[in-house]
Amino acid sequence: MLRYTAMTLLRMVVTFFVIVTLVFFATRLSGNPIDFVIGQGITEEDRVLLTRYYGLDGSVWTQYLSYLRAFTDGQFGLSFLERRPVAEIVAERIWPSAQLLLTSIALTMVVSIPAGILAAIYRKGWVGSAVMTVAFLGYAVPNFVLATFMVLIFSYVLNWLPVVGNGTARHFVMPTLALSAGLIAALTRFTRNAMLDVLEQDYMRTARAKGLPERLVILKHGLRNASITVLSVLGLQVAALAAAGSVVVESIFAWPGIGDMLVRAALTRDYPVLQFGVLTVAIAVITINTAVDLAYAWADPRLRQTGRT
Amino acid sequence: MAVIETPRDPEWIMALRHLWADATPVQRFALILGLVLVLLAVATPLLAPFDPNGQSLLSRLRPPLGFERSKAEYLLGTDELGRDLLSRCLYGLRLTLTLAALGSVIGLCIGGTLGVLAGVAGGRTETAIMAAVDTQIAVPFTLIALFLLTILGNSIEVMVFVLSLDGWEKYARILRGETRRLMQMPFIEAARAAGATPLRIARHHLLPNLASPIVVQFTLSFSSIILLESTLSFLGLGVQPPTATLGAMVGAGRDYMPTQPWIVLAPAVLILIVTFAVQTLGDWLRDRADVRLRPR
Repeated sequence: MLRYTAMTLLRMVVTFFVIVTLVFFATRLSGNPIDFVIGQGITEEDRVLLTRYYGLDGSVWTQYLSYLRAFTDGQFGLSFLERRPVAEIVAERIWPSAQLLLTSIALTMVVSIPAGILAAIYRKGWVGSAVMTVAFLGYAVPNFVLATFMVLIFSYVLNWLPVVGNGTARHFVMPTLALSAGLIAALTRFTRNAMLDVLEQDYMRTARAKGLPERLVILKHGLRNASITVLSVLGLQVAALAAAGSVVVESIFAWPGIGDMLVRAALTRDYPVLQFGVLTVAIAVITINTAVDLAYAWADPRLRQTGRT
Repeated sequence: MAVIETPRDPEWIMALRHLWADATPVQRFALILGLVLVLLAVATPLLAPFDPNGQSLLSRLRPPLGFERSKAEYLLGTDELGRDLLSRCLYGLRLTLTLAALGSVIGLCIGGTLGVLAGVAGGRTETAIMAAVDTQIAVPFTLIALFLLTILGNSIEVMVFVLSLDGWEKYARILRGETRRLMQMPFIEAARAAGATPLRIARHHLLPNLASPIVVQFTLSFSSIILLESTLSFLGLGVQPPTATLGAMVGAGRDYMPTQPWIVLAPAVLILIVTFAVQTLGDWLRDRADVRLRPR
């Protein structure tokens, strides 16, 4: 277990380093960002001044070193547009993003796990097909189309819900639904497949044979064994899906989170913000994935010996 | 006496016929829908009644046919600049499908080559390729796309490049696994013992056996690339105006949603139809190829 943990952590650190390096070189290879942001009509003198102000002078390697130094002293640079530290901008936006994410994950679990179990038990009946059809729709409908339709119906036609912002509980309804739809579809499928695997096991037959009521058989013997798989999927898939989803959903509903910030930074070419934002989210996702990986190995000893498949 | 030869259909037609025979009605419907969409996209220049970027300010914001103030020549109405929505939808569909096709084919070429190479070569080559694959899997692709589009600018070429990066790692991973499995099969060893060159082994013995996973992965990645392209265009980061793609039309039409909802509805409904067809086909092929799922 110690060896597995060490290898997993090592892999995580290497991935961090590769991503940090790639992000740096990709940004610098595209030329001096000042030229994109300021454009024409700037004297050469000012250009040099600005270049120095944002730490873009010197050779690529000195820039790379000072960029890496930011990870020890926390100076990640200034936003081109807002002229204040990017770390501050990102920090402000973490909590709204986390709020939206937590409500979405809560909703996802409440809906998907029962739905997945039902779909597994009644897989040949209409309940199973109904659940799977809804799950299919949830993942075939792009979240921005879903969000657009919801805004049209609930805000403009029925006048029930506000379109932008995160002021009240009512502001949460549409963004949460738009973000959850894809997650619910994914987790329902995984829960169903995990339950189907478990339902075929011998110990399920034993549990029934010894006379346990069906409800106990399913919940205690079935769900408990399936839950490890389900939770690991929740960690692995959901982290990536949610990161991609919040970019779109937050941007549509002007939710003041990281996703909205990333899209704004990309549209205005605010490199420092975009760079730091992308790194923050990437590192968060990788950390979550590693944590899930370790938790999974800890819960299921079979994995430690064979390594990851 | 003439010998009458019964013509035998080629193998792939037999395979298609077999596929059709055990499809559900929904899957058949999706297949026909997909073919119709492709035909529409191919024949767009013939079908579109107007220039997709031609503005006509006198007839701006006309609703679709059948509503008050509609004009007979604008079947789906017009947008804020008086451009015909039907023509824009058709051209948008055409561009969306073209971009997705280009992206998937390039992704397949890059990922497929690297995957087979990793599987055949093994050793350090394999480690390096798989490290690249793992790195890309670790980061949600939307982030990579946002980042690349910002630093490389938004042109159609950059868009194709970004789209082709989404998915290469899946081809690489799947084909490496399949190649490694096949390389251990007796028939490859027999071919090698008989003196076949590595190239001949790859062409005559590996590729035919890799065809099925490639087809399945291609369908799946095609649908995810369509989603990615429409999402990026919707956010204003993809193909730039006035060029129409379906996602960009939904994104740009949002400002008019309270009063002129048809500007958004026409492309949004078309996106739904496209994703429904593509996802259904993708699921169908995957379920057929994935032995583990078949009995369910």
